Amino acid sequence: MSMAIELKDVEKWYGAFHALKGIDLSVRKGERVVVCGPSGSGKSTMIRCVNGLEKHTAGKILVDGVEVTTDTRRIDAIRTEVGMVFQHFNLFPHMTVLENCTLALRLIRRMARADAEARAMSFLERVHIPEQVHKYPIQLSGGQQQRVAIARALCMGPQAMLFDEPTSALDPEMVKEVLDTMIALAEDGMTMICVTHEMSFARRVADRIIFMDAGRILEEGTAEQMFRDPAHERTRLFFSQVSH
Amino acid sequence: MFDLHLFISAVFGWPLFEGAIVTVLLCAAVQLTSLLIGLGTASLSTSPRWWVRKVVAAYVWLFRGTPALLVLLFVWNGLPQMFAIFRAAWFSPFLAAYIALTLIQVAYVTEILRSAYGAVGSGQREGAQALGLRRWHVFFYVVLPQALRIATPALVNELISLLKTTSLATVISLTELMTVSSLAIATSFKFLEWYTAVLVYYLAMVAVLTIVQAHVERLLSKGHSR
Repeated sequence: MSMAIELKDVEKWYGAFHALKGIDLSVRKGERVVVCGPSGSGKSTMIRCVNGLEKHTAGKILVDGVEVTTDTRRIDAIRTEVGMVFQHFNLFPHMTVLENCTLALRLIRRMARADAEARAMSFLERVHIPEQVHKYPIQLSGGQQQRVAIARALCMGPQAMLFDEPTSALDPEMVKEVLDTMIALAEDGMTMICVTHEMSFARRVADRIIFMDAGRILEEGTAEQMFRDPAHERTRLFFSQVSH
Repeated sequence: MFDLHLFISAVFGWPLFEGAIVTVLLCAAVQLTSLLIGLGTASLSTSPRWWVRKVVAAYVWLFRGTPALLVLLFVWNGLPQMFAIFRAAWFSPFLAAYIALTLIQVAYVTEILRSAYGAVGSGQREGAQALGLRRWHVFFYVVLPQALRIATPALVNELISLLKTTSLATVISLTELMTVSSLAIATSFKFLEWYTAVLVYYLAMVAVLTIVQAHVERLLSKGHSR
């Protein structure tokens, strides 16, 4: 089975703080992995290492067989293959929704304006934002902004998507629309690594749940295993405290 | 007492108008050059290499710390003493004033842009990087437009300050507004009329800049109000 994303014995130090301690993780093409764990356990750091937003200190990270190094050309290429969605959306406030989605297509893929806009529109329709394309991000609700951010990442045609707590900055009533978008994406066969505490989402789409604590992967398993019968007391305590 | 006729002919006469053109040209040249250089030096002031940051900081310290009058005199009188090439005819008061004021203005613009770059959240850079955009794409398309919006009021402030600082170039005999009026006063002794006429020019120029500022701010604030 070909691996989309592989982490081998990955270490990360922030000065004297040991953030990731020997992370081993292999994600198959089309696999959906949900990463949970208490805050500060290294979940975000781990997925940010995958697209080089953080530089890992030791170990090896492979994306579709290509090693993530500090070479900027290679990292830029890897980033077009691995989309990322952030907690705070990170849309560009000075650009319209459509401009947000076409920027990288025009600069990196060198697409003509009309072609880039047509492609962006097709993804904006998929996330149900077609009417707001000429608005600026601030004119949209949080849920709409996050769906635009998903569409923006999808425009580049990534092989895999990373989600870094995509719903934790949203008002409760907007969580569902974003999760529904992610579920639809999962059902289309997208390879996904999602850092999230939305257990309904995990139960519905995750092939595997990874539980992290203090920079380590403590255990992993299917949603049923992890919720019903975790091997570690730490895991059991965590899942008993998050609602699902 | 106040010779209204003289005042009006001073305001609408050629000498002051020509002086104003020199002032405006000098100002525009200094500010444009400082902005272009400042875009780079502001980036360098957050360089990962410590010695680069130190060099920029030392430059800013030097030229923010030195009075403009002293820099003008240094460039105009000191440079020719040090280097023979500045003794040639091409080294005009205008050029000397341009060099001196640019040296100072770069220091201020560097500080303004450094803080503006910093005020654009790291999430913006990461959002752009995560799309695979190259470093210069991230800077020119994402960071710079947002930083300029933040920096515009401070930059216009600095430009207005510069406009008035150019009057110091009268000490190196640049025929800008103040020099023109001093020459006129030297022969007529009509202080009040000429000073008031010069004041009208400075206030009019600042008024234009204020209007320009409002337009630029509106242009750059797209997407920042609902």
